[in-house]
Amino acid sequence: MAHDEHAHGGHELSFMERYVFSVDHKVIGLQYLITSFIFLLVGFALMGLMRWQLAFPGTPIPFFGGLFPSDLAPNGVMSGEFYNSLGAMHGTIMVFLGVVPLAVGAYGNYVLPLQIGAPDMAFPRMNMMSYWTYLPGGILMLASFLMPGGAAQSGWTSYPPLSIINPGQTVWLLSMVILITSSLLGAINFLVTTINMRAPGMSLWRLPVFVWAQFVTSVLLLLAFPPLEAASVLQLMDRVFHTSFYLPKDLVILGQAYAGSGGGQPLLWQHLFWFLAHPEVYVLVLPPMGIVAEIIANNTRKPLHGYKTMVFSMIAIGLMSFMVWAHHMFISGMSASLSNFFLVTTMIISVPSVALMTCLVFSLKGGSIRFNVPMLFALAFIPLFAIGGLTGLPLGLTVTDIYLHDTYYVIGHFHFVVVSGSIIALMGGTYYWFPKWYGRKMNDTLGRIHFWGTTTTMVGIFLPMLFMGLGGASRRLYDPTAQLHNLPVQGWNVVATYSAYLLALFQIPFIYNFFNSMWNGEKTPENPWQATTLEWACPSPPPHGNFEKTPTVYRGPYEYSVPGRKTDFWMQTDKN
Amino acid sequence: MGKYGWSLPVAASSYAGKIDFGIWLIHAAMLGIFVLWGTFFVYLLVKFRARPGHNAVREDHDDTPARISVPDSISKFPFAQMLYKNKGELKSLIPDMVIMTFEVALIVFYAIPVWSSIKASVPEVKDPIRVEIVSEQFGWNIHYAGPDGKLGPRKMELTHFSNPIGLDVAHADSADDVVMGNEMRLPVDRTVVIDLLSKDVIHSFFIPEFRLKQDAVPGLNIPMWVTPTKTGKFEITCAQLCGFAHSLMRGDVHVQTQEEFDAWYKSRLATIPASAQPTNPAEEF
Repeated sequence: MAHDEHAHGGHELSFMERYVFSVDHKVIGLQYLITSFIFLLVGFALMGLMRWQLAFPGTPIPFFGGLFPSDLAPNGVMSGEFYNSLGAMHGTIMVFLGVVPLAVGAYGNYVLPLQIGAPDMAFPRMNMMSYWTYLPGGILMLASFLMPGGAAQSGWTSYPPLSIINPGQTVWLLSMVILITSSLLGAINFLVTTINMRAPGMSLWRLPVFVWAQFVTSVLLLLAFPPLEAASVLQLMDRVFHTSFYLPKDLVILGQAYAGSGGGQPLLWQHLFWFLAHPEVYVLVLPPMGIVAEIIANNTRKPLHGYKTMVFSMIAIGLMSFMVWAHHMFISGMSASLSNFFLVTTMIISVPSVALMTCLVFSLKGGSIRFNVPMLFALAFIPLFAIGGLTGLPLGLTVTDIYLHDTYYVIGHFHFVVVSGSIIALMGGTYYWFPKWYGRKMNDTLGRIHFWGTTTTMVGIFLPMLFMGLGGASRRLYDPTAQLHNLPVQGWNVVATYSAYLLALFQIPFIYNFFNSMWNGEKTPENPWQATTLEWACPSPPPHGNFEKTPTVYRGPYEYSVPGRKTDFWMQTDKN
Repeated sequence: MGKYGWSLPVAASSYAGKIDFGIWLIHAAMLGIFVLWGTFFVYLLVKFRARPGHNAVREDHDDTPARISVPDSISKFPFAQMLYKNKGELKSLIPDMVIMTFEVALIVFYAIPVWSSIKASVPEVKDPIRVEIVSEQFGWNIHYAGPDGKLGPRKMELTHFSNPIGLDVAHADSADDVVMGNEMRLPVDRTVVIDLLSKDVIHSFFIPEFRLKQDAVPGLNIPMWVTPTKTGKFEITCAQLCGFAHSLMRGDVHVQTQEEFDAWYKSRLATIPASAQPTNPAEEF
């Protein structure tokens, strides 16, 4: 077959070439998928330990307490250092090793070339390299737990001077530099692929929303990550070579004058960090939104409401996301009048976000809604993400942020956005594209158990956080009961902790379902969802090179229920 | 101890009410939006569920071939063709417009003026209490300027466990200064003007009842102010991760009557060696 010449001149691929050091975007996508799901589980496990400490401070961790070295957990009771390490690593792993690689590395890699009708990514070897940069970076990040003094302890935001004086941070910075490099390689690849590799007829206004989402996301990664990479190198120099980019003069650390302190400025790091980390939030959110749009269009059997509105909104969000970073810094000590500017831009960015959500809801109108498992996840995304979005309002507003900043309210807010928003949608994506990956379907009943268990327990974790935040409970406290003002809301910590453990239980059907269906799932036809986009126009799983012959695109991505046709879907590749 | 509970703690400063107003207003609006949208969402799901004999109905959208005839009266206007064709979509932007109007009103009439009064400026008061707070791992040093209203100078090389802020006691301005660890006393209904500093890492000074929160950044001297309105004991907590004992970094603020405060201050001054006494020890402030 023609596509066999595609990358390897017709010879048989060895096992290593086929499954390990593959240049095929589909294999790389699945590598990203499995790896990032594993990292999500690791990050989740760290959170499980922290939640025990938060609900029952000072009591030994059940079952696992004895496994930790005594300097981390004397008598099985977590130490403050260990708690801070878990917090920092939970955040870092979930964001940089879990959600972004899952949303961009896995779904982007697998689906984007198929949806634009390309045989592969523009730079297959660079694609392989981005995975093989990500994996060692991730392993290095985890290995930092083995460092003397433990892993990084300064939160995922790594604010200096704390991050300069704390142990474990050097490895954190090194692996961040490696991970950022991986993301940059991926972002460049996606951009070039989307621009250059589209099938004939695939004009920009015929791209599925998911491709647009990945495209905007890649632009964000490309522009936002280099400043953080530079900032990380500077922080590394502060730690290793005692420069003082982030250290002011006259620092006294635990009673001792600090030798490395010079003429630096701690707020410089915060500006550089949030210049990345705010766009990063949209990196976490846009691809899942694209997935939700795909699933909703498919399962309402009608075109999306406001395709162009959605695309323009995503572009607007992308542009605006670079102008809102300092709303994380309202009470950081930067100029208080500067805050007014970021207040206004932050409120403006909610306009395209609301437009996107409105389009998703209006897309349901007039449809013939099928409630299959991917659709359940896509539908749950809407109200849960809405809670996340709405609770962003009092945080984006300077005045109310004075009180709510650094409380549990913030944690509740962004977990509603990223967990019950992004991760819910990404799970829906797994059920939706699984037939494409393996030619089989995931079990429906297990999927429904997973869905209802996951969504309800998530609300049980994050809603209490909002209540605790309103009560004034500070975040990042190793022992919340050490501070009197937390005592009245301590009960919510227990609720959240048990919900988190239930959430863990409800992932078991998912994991079993995933691996079992890989081999034993019900076999599906090429286009089981009767979808219109290009990824369903090739065999499942697609062979190396994807399409038997280059597809030609004749129409927009969501031509469902076109009057006068026998079927209610009209694929982009069907001429008539 | 202030009362805490399910929702906001008791409001004990002059601007706490203004912050609470915003928090409640936004939450009421949020709940309204969520319930309205949620109802509409559920209605759509029920009404348009797939069932035998029910087919999806397409609406006109961007890719629909131009089969809409725009009335002449409308097509005269620039972009009218385009707007008319997308009028279904424009209607869906109405929720956006409503939310945007609400946000603009919040910004213009609430956020900017209130923020300016709390954070961007320190009010001009005749006789403020002047305090400097020097935070460190893991405690708050509260340095009172005393009756002369002048803070004694600090020198890093004088820092010692017995003199945690490195106060230059030989200086005349230091004579009536009092330094407290993790204990702050304030007279009720008087404005206190605070310089917030840090010796080592970033901390955040947070008194929930006062709705007062401000990061303390080493190398910066950050002004803040508050006027306590209720007597009682409230907790000072650190809201920014500052190291392994972050959760133990706390203190208390006692809000007292002016008389109680004056008596306390005098008793503190009496513990300072005689040579460092103010020139007129009887002076009240």
